[in-house]
Parts: sequence; C-alpha cells; structure tokens
Amino acid sequence: MTTIDVRNGRLSQERLDLNFSDSHPPLEPGNALVEANRCYFCYDAPCIEACPTSIDIPSFIRKISTGNLKGSAKDILSQNIMGGMCARVCPTETLCEGACVRETQDHQPVRIGELQRYATDSFIESGETFFERAESSGKKIAVVGGGPAGLSCAHRLAVLGHQAVVFEAREKLSGLNEYGIAPYKTVNDFAQLEVDYILKIGGIEVRTNQKLGHDVKLDNLRKQFDAVFLSVGLGDANSLGLENEEIAGVYDAIETIAELRQSENLAELSVGRRVVVIGGGSTAIDIAVESKKLGAEDVTMVYRRGPEQMNATWKEQEFAQTNGVQVKHWLSPKKLKSENGHVSGIEFECTELNHEGKLSVTGEVRSMEVDVVFKAIGQTLDNSLDSDDEMPKTRAGKFAVNAKYETTLPGVWAGGDCINSGEDLTVQAVEDGKQAAISIHRKLSQT
Amino acid sequence: MADLSCNVGGIKAPNPFWLASAPPTDKLYNVERAFRAGWGGVVWKTLGLDPPIVNVSSRYGAVHYNGQRMMGLNNLELITDRPLEVNLKEIKQVKKDWPDRAVVVSLMVPCNEKDWKYIIPKIEDTGCDGVELNFGCPHGMSERGMGAAVGQVPEYVEMVTRWVKESSDLPCLVKLTPNVTDIRKVAHAAKAGGGDGVALINTVTSIVSVDLDQMAPEPTIDGKGSHGGYCGPAVKPIALHMVTEISKDPETQHMPISGIGGISNWRDAAEFIAMGASSVQVCTAAMHYGFKIVDDMIDGLNNWMDEKGYANLEDFRRMAVPNVTEWQFLNLKYDVKARIDESTCIHCGLCHISCEDASHQAIREIKDNGGRSFEVIDEECVGCNLCMFACPVPDCISMERVDSGTEYQNWTTHPNNPMRVEDN
Repeated sequence: MTTIDVRNGRLSQERLDLNFSDSHPPLEPGNALVEANRCYFCYDAPCIEACPTSIDIPSFIRKISTGNLKGSAKDILSQNIMGGMCARVCPTETLCEGACVRETQDHQPVRIGELQRYATDSFIESGETFFERAESSGKKIAVVGGGPAGLSCAHRLAVLGHQAVVFEAREKLSGLNEYGIAPYKTVNDFAQLEVDYILKIGGIEVRTNQKLGHDVKLDNLRKQFDAVFLSVGLGDANSLGLENEEIAGVYDAIETIAELRQSENLAELSVGRRVVVIGGGSTAIDIAVESKKLGAEDVTMVYRRGPEQMNATWKEQEFAQTNGVQVKHWLSPKKLKSENGHVSGIEFECTELNHEGKLSVTGEVRSMEVDVVFKAIGQTLDNSLDSDDEMPKTRAGKFAVNAKYETTLPGVWAGGDCINSGEDLTVQAVEDGKQAAISIHRKLSQT
Repeated sequence: MADLSCNVGGIKAPNPFWLASAPPTDKLYNVERAFRAGWGGVVWKTLGLDPPIVNVSSRYGAVHYNGQRMMGLNNLELITDRPLEVNLKEIKQVKKDWPDRAVVVSLMVPCNEKDWKYIIPKIEDTGCDGVELNFGCPHGMSERGMGAAVGQVPEYVEMVTRWVKESSDLPCLVKLTPNVTDIRKVAHAAKAGGGDGVALINTVTSIVSVDLDQMAPEPTIDGKGSHGGYCGPAVKPIALHMVTEISKDPETQHMPISGIGGISNWRDAAEFIAMGASSVQVCTAAMHYGFKIVDDMIDGLNNWMDEKGYANLEDFRRMAVPNVTEWQFLNLKYDVKARIDESTCIHCGLCHISCEDASHQAIREIKDNGGRSFEVIDEECVGCNLCMFACPVPDCISMERVDSGTEYQNWTTHPNNPMRVEDN
C-alpha cells in the first residue's frame, strides 16, 4: 500500500520566490539596442504577416534603435492594445520569430517578443497614452466577457466614440491573462497594470461578477444595447471520459492554475509528490512546470500522440523539460486507480498511428503511481450559458461567426476563444476584439 | 614567413605597424608596453616648447553605428602636457632599450626659425630615428598658429621643413592635414623643403555630434564645445584616397609615405601599402582595444603575404597604384548584372526595395504559395552593386560579367561626349 503524498510547504520561501520570478527577465537598454540593430528592416516583412495583429515589427524595432521608444510603443499598441502581455505570452517561435528571416539565415531570429516588451513596458510605466476618443456616437455596446477579446473590443469601441459596458463573470478583468497565464510569465501583477492602462481611455464601464445566463441575460442585453459582443471564452474543461474521474486528486488544470495565480502565498498551496499531467498543449505545460516549481518531485506530462502533434510549441516543450518535467508520448489514459477515494495510480494504453494514419492502441499497457492527476485536454463552451434565451448557433463547438465577426443572431458579435478564428491565443483574441469593434462601428454608423 | 621590415625615408623598423603620435605614445610606460606587444615603431606624442600646454577634461566624442562602438572618434586633446625634458629623457631611454624599433618624435613649435632650431638638436640628442612634423592637428594648436594652420599653407610647410633639414640629418617625415582642397600641393611643399617622406592623414576637422539637451557640440565642456579632429574606421576611405593622390602624382610618386587613417587590421594595412605606403600608423584601434591587436596585424599580414607569394613589403607596395585611373578612361563596355543565389536567399526583400526605391527597379518580387522570391530584370539592371551591399547574406548576391570582355570604349571617344576625340 502506497501513501498518498499531497502537501504544502515543500520548498522554502526563498526557493519559491526564485522559482516564480520572471522566467524571461526584461532586456537591459544596452542589450535592447544590440538586439534592435540585428533587425534587417525587411521589405514587406514576413514577421508582420505572421503576427495575428499585424504589428509593423521592423518599424517598432527601428524606433527602439533610434531611441524613439514612444513611437515604438505606439506602433505596437495601436495594432494590439495588449502588446505588453502578448510580448510575454505569445509563442513567438511559431509567429513573428518563426517567420523572421534571421531564423532562415542562422536560426537566430531577432528576439522580437523581448523587444516588444522593452518598448511597451517603458511606455506603460510612463503612464502616458496616445489614444484619443472620437466624438461620442451615443451608441452603447455590451461586451460580455472581460478577457483579452472583450477588453480589446471595448477599447477600440471607446476609441471610436462608443460607450462600452463590460460584463465580467469573475471578480477581476483580463480573463486568462489574470487566471490562466503562468505567474512567472507575468510577474508584478502586470495583467491588472495593463487593464488599468486600457481603461484609462474612458468610455468603458466595468461590471464584474456578472455571468451570462446567470446574472445577465442575452435577451435583455440585446434589447438594452445597440450591439452585443460575446467574448465568453471556453468555460468548461474537457473530461477524460474515464469511469471514476470525480475521485479526489484528479483536477482540471485550468482551475488549479487559476487558484495558483490568485494565491497570495504559494507556500500554502498543496502539491503532489508525483504528478501526472494529461494533455499536450500550453495548459498542460503550465500546470506541469508550476507543479514542479511548487516542489513536486516527479512530474510527468503524458500525451497520446508524438511531440510533433503537440499543441505546445517546441520551445514550450523544451521549457518544460529544462524545468525538470518528464514528457511521455504515445500513451492514452485508460484507468484511474484509487485508495480510500483518492487517486493512487493511472494506467495508460500505448498508442500508435495505424496504416490509415489514425490513432489506435497497441494493446500494451503502462501504469504509474501518482498522487495527483491533472487534466489538460482542452476546453469547450460553458454549458450553463444556455439559459432560456436564444443563443447564437455554434459550429464545431464554438459560436459560428462570419468574416465580420457577426453571429447568427442579429446585433450579436463574438470573438476570442469562443469562436473559431485561429489558434486560441491571447494575440488572436485581441485581434478578434479589435476587428469585431471595427465591424460593430461600421454597422452602427450605417443606421 | 615573409619579411615585414620596412624603411620609410631612412627610418627602419622590423614591421610596418607603428603607433601614431597620440595618447598611446605619450610616455615611456605606454611605449614599452607597445614594444613588448610587438609594434614595429612609435611616433612619440607631439612635443612642444615649455611651459607645457594644458588640456580640458572631456576630450573625445564618438560615432557609434548600429551597435558598433567607435566607428569614428574625435578629440580635442592637444600635444603633450608634460615638460620637454621629461619626454626627452624617456625617449632616450626607450631608444636605448629597444634599438631595433623605430622611435620617431613628433614636433610642433611656433612657426619661427628660432624655436625650430632650438628644439631640433635636443631631439637629435635622444638618439631617436627621425622626426615627424605635426602640421596636422586641426584643433586648439591651430588657433595659436601651429598644426593645421601651418599645414594648410604650402609655403609654411616648405619653410619649416627646410629649417628642420638645415638643423639636422635626422630623417624627417612631414605629417599632412586632410583639411585642404588638394593634398598634393602640400606634399609638393614637403618635398621642396627637403622632407624625407610624408605621413598622412592627420585628423579631419569635425563636430562629431550635438547634445540635444544641452544644445552643444560633443564632447561638451561645461556647456560649450569646439571642433575636434576626427579619426577611426570612418575616415579610412578619405585617407586611402589622399595616399593614392600622392602615390600617383609624378612629383611625389617616389616619396616615402607612412599611411594613417582608420587602419584597424592587417587588411587595411595591406591596402595602404598596395597604394604606396611603406609603413602604417594606428591609433583609434589601439585606443579601442589595446596594444594586443598588433599580434593579428603581424600574423595576418604574414599569412596573406605567404599565400600570395610576396616575400617582402616591396613585392606588393604600390601594386594597386597603376590601376587607379581617371573616370574618363574606365571601360564603358564592361557590363555586370546582379545574380541572386536562391539557395542562400532569406527573402528579406532588401535587394528589391533598395533597387525599387533608390535605383533602377530591376528586382522583381514574386509571390507564390505564401512564399516569395526575387528576380533580377536584366534589361533594367545597370550593375550598380547596391543590392549586393544591401543584402545581409554574404555572397548571396554577386555581380556577373555579361559583356563579351573583348570590347573597350571610354568616355574620351564616346559619341555622347561633346569633347570626344575621334576614335580611329
């Protein structure tokens, strides 16, 4: 009989502080200058095309090199109001830096993300803003969900002269920036600093603890507002579909991550000695690394396909591994074992791609002893949003929208993770919100 | 191993790498360190009459380019600020301890016969190998009628050179200022005065930058600045041209030259020697990186000479001079076109945009399947080389000769030339 080992205080406060400090510290001015000068200032640069928000990257980098940091920040923030957060969390290796011609040349792309952080940090710290609101249109738009898509939409609407009211289900704005991003990627409460910066434009009213379908009804919003923008994200976590998934010690990764982000004292958080994380995306990487940083002894990330099929980028996989996470591939969860109602082990079936290229099990089985299992196999739309009201039609589990971000309901737009616009990334959500705001503005300007 | 020894108007050294008259050569301590590092000679920082001059604090300004430090350096430091006797004593000591190295003494005294004839015997007494007349510094001393104030008037140059040669048999190099319209006129004067060689260039009159907060030139001394003398890699092309002018001029073509100006490595040195210099003088590079750089200078020049089969400096000195001609004699039939190596192209588009915006619209962007490539339009390409220089990938763009290679026509016979001579 094994002893379940889940407890807090595995590490000293000093060690915890070090583990959860900035994983990629900001560039110093001298380094920023050298890095900025590595940019070739490409014509029609591929990095711009690779950025979902189309930031003019060569331009903002050149401005860093000439000491025009304000102009640089403006290039970034006018395209992407969350340029500061995106600089921290974007998987740049698959976006701008992946497209950088220096990646082609010698696999040493310009460190665009770090330069973007350098430019935006200095500007946001200065407390200045260059946005001015257009003359009031008298139109009011409800923005449901105060994450990146919602805030981006609200900000652009405010710039265009409209009034936005943001309905946020949780206590704080910023969505996954506040409740999802790993703490060592966004230290010093940057998410809320960015929210303050965004709201400074004016014309954005915020109502927190207002959950759609519970505290606020879509029907009413459609009657009371000139337009509604849905940016509710994905509220439900997928389950493994195993028999006894509800036993103690088996958690949804996103819930634990949110708890960790909101914790005032990391030493109080319990962590298992042996942790298994099921999944192959960024959430799986985050919970695995966070568990390790909290003091878990063995953290194993298990994915049912190979490294190439993982949603996590090669850099994220490498980050997990250098932080001591073991990554296992081609294993599919089959059975949870328990002792006294607490998970104690997990069994996997070995998988492979069959001759048709489909995933199949080989018949071989592997088992591990565990104290905690995290599920990180994706999220879906929150079921409880379906109230008595008419909701937009969905496609592939998300709200269906056209190219103008209009849902199937007149007067209702949607963006962010709750639609299928691209990858579920902060930067994509910001772009969705911005484009939806422009679309709403066009529509409202016609009437 | 090639023989790197040199002889500049009677001043001999085991290698052509000398430290120019400047802060690195202002006292025994530095000069000994330099000789230990391997420098073939030094030109001692300029001596003057007592009482010594005084210097300002904050003396240098610099041009940094794209993260590279000190592409150019300017200074407002004057000649030595130590008593004459101290310098003379140390020079004597150094020459005694390092007999095989060239020890040249730079001089600048007021422009009258008495002062020059006073100082020359004292210099001769040190046992040094020669003197270099500082007619070049454009700042400070020129306000007092010395340095460039002399160097810009060929008659003065000739007169002072003659005083020096009348007083001593020491080899005498005349250091020239580039702050003149025609460097050859000053070189003629140096020759007429009996000078044994010329050293060039001295620094270029410059204001290196403006402090936009203080609204004053840099370096800024208590809110004010003054023009300085510019040197470093940025001035090399100017220096190389002036050396070439003297090497080509029928009157001065056999005059020994010590080349100065932005020389930072053996390759720069080889270029100056190919254009006629017998030795080179280095300052900014040593001020930036220290004396150790001479190691690669000696080693690199040696390896290159071995590779080329040159046994000594004379084997390739002046070799490039005959190939410097006037524009009007360049072959107008020669034709090159840009060639892009698709296998190394990184698709940055700089060749396209530089040609599109600033040249002849001869590089087309072709978009296909989400990617892009670039294609030279031969009919439009004039072979200007701009794309090759804009391209960040070495050897990705090259220029290919496309004419027959057998035809020759220059401007003197070209139909568009109203002054053409008949070609028959």
